[in-house]
Parts: sequence; structure tokens; C-alpha cells
Amino acid sequence: MIKIADAFKNGKAFVAFITCGDPDLATTAEIIKEISRNGADLIELGIPFSDPTAEGPVIQSANMRALAGGVTTDKIFAMVREVRKQVKTPMVFMTYANVVFSYGAESFISQCAAMDIGGLILPDIPFEEKDEFDGVCKQYGLDLVSLIAPTSKQRIAMIAKEAQGFIYIVSSLGVTGVRDSITTDIDAIVQTIRDNTDTPCAVGFGISTPEQAKKFAAKADGVIVGSAIVRLAEQYGKDAPQKIGTYVKSMKDAIR
Amino acid sequence: MAQSKGRFGMHGGQYIPETLMNAVNELEEAYEHYKNDPTFHRELTALLNDYAGRPSLLYYAEKMTKELGGAKIYLKREDLNHTGAHKINNVLGQALLAKKMGKTRLIAETGAGQHGVATATAAALMGMECVIFMGEEDTIRQALNVYRMRLLGAEVIPVTSGTRTLKDAVNEAMKEWTNRIDDTHYCLGSVMGPHPFPTIVRDFQAVISKEIKAQMLEKEGRLPDAVIACVGGGSNAIGSFYHFIDDKEVKLIGCEAAGRGVDTFETAATVAVGSPGIFHGMKSYFCQDKFGQIAPVYSISAGLDYPGVGPEHAYLHDIGRADYVPITDEEAVNAFEYLSRTEGIIPAIESSHAIAYAIKTAGQMEKDKIIVVTVSGRGDKDCAAIARYTGEDQHD
Repeated sequence: MIKIADAFKNGKAFVAFITCGDPDLATTAEIIKEISRNGADLIELGIPFSDPTAEGPVIQSANMRALAGGVTTDKIFAMVREVRKQVKTPMVFMTYANVVFSYGAESFISQCAAMDIGGLILPDIPFEEKDEFDGVCKQYGLDLVSLIAPTSKQRIAMIAKEAQGFIYIVSSLGVTGVRDSITTDIDAIVQTIRDNTDTPCAVGFGISTPEQAKKFAAKADGVIVGSAIVRLAEQYGKDAPQKIGTYVKSMKDAIR
Repeated sequence: MAQSKGRFGMHGGQYIPETLMNAVNELEEAYEHYKNDPTFHRELTALLNDYAGRPSLLYYAEKMTKELGGAKIYLKREDLNHTGAHKINNVLGQALLAKKMGKTRLIAETGAGQHGVATATAAALMGMECVIFMGEEDTIRQALNVYRMRLLGAEVIPVTSGTRTLKDAVNEAMKEWTNRIDDTHYCLGSVMGPHPFPTIVRDFQAVISKEIKAQMLEKEGRLPDAVIACVGGGSNAIGSFYHFIDDKEVKLIGCEAAGRGVDTFETAATVAVGSPGIFHGMKSYFCQDKFGQIAPVYSISAGLDYPGVGPEHAYLHDIGRADYVPITDEEAVNAFEYLSRTEGIIPAIESSHAIAYAIKTAGQMEKDKIIVVTVSGRGDKDCAAIARYTGEDQHD
């Protein structure tokens, strides 16, 4: 089984997010291959949701385009099963609780395990609600990724102690999207995490440039980039795979 | 071991981003403290009575009763509250709570605009900043309320994502809260969202059933046989039901917006056509497809045009304590006209869904039966839209 932990075995990890089905699933498959070929350590596959309340405008519109194009969970599963034959980079699904819940958590998660998906990121499942999904994830060997936010404060220790796979540090208040500056004291959050667990942590929300990637990779075990990649998919459509590949390489090179 | 809070059977919970967890925990803590604080109660009661005009009347609709020829019909007149709807009950409570928590800014979603107007009103009264999120489609349907909110000093942000209605307004208000928490309270307008909102909003709206019970005992010396209210998220309904939940002989009936009918896609009758899901911070019933994508619902009523229902209603449905019935646009519009003509009361199009059910059923009930229908709001805001609706029909 390909685990999330594998992504953090070769130095600082670069985590790349894409929205499945934007512009279409065939292009998504090509994007996954390019992201993998260009050195990403973990690929976060977004399953679109009608109401992605943690997303800024870039990823939200990618969700809308993908759904308008007829993408469903089953079609995404079929695409990933195919891609998995060639791509061995660790992968996780990022989506909203309702997508998993409505599908049936057991059916969803068991299929994930069968296609070597290492874990799930569900931004609307906080610590207090995680048992419902975490139990099934554990049963099938997936990690349910925990998120820590700038507002988490005294909750960090509690969350870190039970964290599996990796900890997603949300760098800023608000929603996903490119930001000029990140003002949260990431060092303090990482320190509290380290005091409580050996589970690696990566920083996401707002990171888009190699300089930012370098800066935040130095503070944690990796960086997560979403909106900047999704924006390339929006801009270049079917021609996006190469552009995204080049971008991923520049980001991975920056944190080596 | 994680512990899920705020459950109504399987429903409820706190399905929200980690960023908001401390905020809802602080809110819960503050609420648990102030709900037992006599000073808070005194202040809130003073606001409700002296400012909002409570208690609201329980009016015997004699003409309507005689015309329909069955059960005796009482109307709980939440439309007579200051700002014209039940929404003010909850807003005054939450604004007072927010103020005590040291918050200086209120944000809220609104559908029909009634909750937005109530929030803008409380913000003006208490000297707080106010931002209202309203679906662009609803800013058109309810243009008068947009003006009222602005007049009251609130900023109104038209939401252009998704279906541009109430659901999207909630999305944007939640996003704004994750963006600015320190000084901001999200004044949620219905018995929905993450715990503790469904409980807080219910408790502040429960004044409706508390009054109905006392007024009914005074006027009739007994409890009503049924209480009827419209349900979108379900705040006026839960408020109307709450103190009767343990009185098993009182039937509780929630009227959902069926739009063009529950056999069409243009409906918002969640209990009738929805399935269990997780959305907007709660587990409950939602209109959705088999992959969990939330459905683009429809109702003529902007206030009921919502793809979910509050978790306590979902629970009352599950245990069979309350019945939820679908009422179409057409039935609601007929009821809107009927009550105006018959009793000289222009109900909100939302409330007209409850009136419609009374019109459908009162005549079949015995004359010694008593029903209470909550008129959750007044219909001035709807006159233009209903005129357009009936005008279009004439062209068909």
C-alpha cells in the first residue's frame, strides 16, 4: 500500500492539489502524471462539491466547472484506478463530508483503499466529528488528515496527539486562495505540534511562489499548493498538464 | 476520543472547518452562562416587550373559521412584531449575547430579507457594525428589504455564486466568519448550522410557543389540537412547536415549500424529497443527488428556498412527533390572497404556506377542534412579487 507517510520520507514534501474534472477527467489524468513526473511528493485530488465552503473563488469555480462537465465520484474513481497503474506517487482525496457520507463512508473508503489512496482530507470534519469517518479509515488503512488553523490555539495539542498521515496547517484565516503575505506565527504552531507528535506537518492556504514555498517548507515538513495550480488548469485547459508540470518542478526545486 | 455535540438523534453536530471551532465553542460557553443569568433575561425580555412589541397577539380568525366550516382557527401574529416577522426574537437574543461577548460586528445571511432586516435593526439599536449576505436572485425578489437593510446602516453584499439564493448566502456568511472571527458574531437566522446554533435559535424562538400555550389556556382553557407553521430552516416552526413537544395530544405540522410540486425538480420540500446528509455545519435532511451534490432548490418564497432543514425538525420527523407536509407555490399564493381578503391580514409568502395547509384541512375537522397557525411574518415585502406571479398566470 502507498501511504501518506511515504511522501515525507525524502526531505521536504511538495503537496500539489488539483480539482478532478477541470477541464475534464482525461486532462486531470495527464495533470496527475505531470505532477508526479515533476517531483511532487503527495497529490491531493479534489472531488468537486456543489458548495465548497472552505474554498476561495479559484477552486470554487473549478468545482463548478467540473460539476457542470458531468463529473461524479464514480467517474473520478474510474480515472484514478486507471492512472494508478502508472503513477506511484502517494495520493489523497480532498472533498467535503457530504460527498463521502452520501456515497456511504464504507463503500467510499474501501474503494479508496483498493486504488491505493493514502488518506482523506475533509475540511468540514473537525476533531469532534472525526470518529464517524476515522474508524472506517483505520479499518481500511487510510489516514484521515487533521487540520490545524491559526485559531486552533489550545486545541493544537489535542488534535496533534491523534493525527495520522500528516497534519495540514491552515496558514491563514478565511478560504483557500493565493495570498501576498501570511502573518500567522507558523513556527509557534509547528513547535506545539512537534511537542505532541511525530506526525509530519505541511503548510497550505495562500502559498503560490517558489519563495513562499521555500520559506514555509523551512518551517514545517512540507508545503501544500492548490489555487495556483488550479488557476493554471483554468487558464490553459487541455494544455495545462505541461504548464502545471513546469510549475511543480519550480516549486519542488525551491524546497529541496 | 472525540466527542460530537449538539445531537438531535443522528442529526446536528458541528461539521465546520477547524478555523471556526474555537468560535463556536466560545459561543456555546457564553450561551450556557448567560441563559441562566437573570440580568441577561431581564434585558432580553425588556427588548422583546418594549422594543419588539411582544407578546404577539393570538387572534381568533372568526371569519376564516366560519367560511371553512370546521376547526376553530387562531393565528399567532408574529407578523405584528417590530420589523414584521418572528426573526427579531432570535436576533435580539443573539445580538445581546454577542455584545456581552465583546463582539462589535454582526454578519448574517438572509433569504427573504426578514432576518437581514432584523439583524440590521439590532445592530443599529446596539451600535454594532453589520454586514448581510443575500443571494443576488433574492435581492431582486425582495428589493424593498435590501433598501431597508441599507437604511438601517447595514452593508448588503449580493452573493453571485451557485443558485444565488439563501444556500449561497449561508456559504458566503460562513466564509466571511472564517475570515474575521475576533470581533464578529455570525448571527445565524434559523435553527440550523453547527451546534450551538440550532439550540440557541430554538431557545430564543421558543417564546412563540410559550405565549401560544398561555394565551390558548386563557382564551379556551385548553391546549390546541394542532399547531401549524411553515418550515424553511425551521425557526418559526420550532419556536411554535417547542413548548408543545411533550404535549403528545397537540399535533405539530410543518409546511414545507414544494415549489412547483414534489414530483418536479423545482421544489424545496426537504423532508418530502431529501435524504440524510452533512451540510452547513449539520447532519440533517437535504435535497441532493446520489453523489451528495446539493440540489438547486426552488420556491416562490425566498425564505423557504433552502435545500436543508434544521436538525431538530429532522429528528421530530424521524420519531414521528411532527408531520411535514409540502405546499406548492400555487397553494401558498392562493392562501396569501385568501387571508388578505378574508381577515384583512396580508401574510408573508412564507407564512402563506402554513395558512394554505389550514385552508386545506380545517374544513375537514370537527368544529370543536382548535388549530393555531403561526403567521411568521407580514406580506408587504411580497406584494410586488405576487402581483408579478399572478399577472404571469393571466397571460398563460
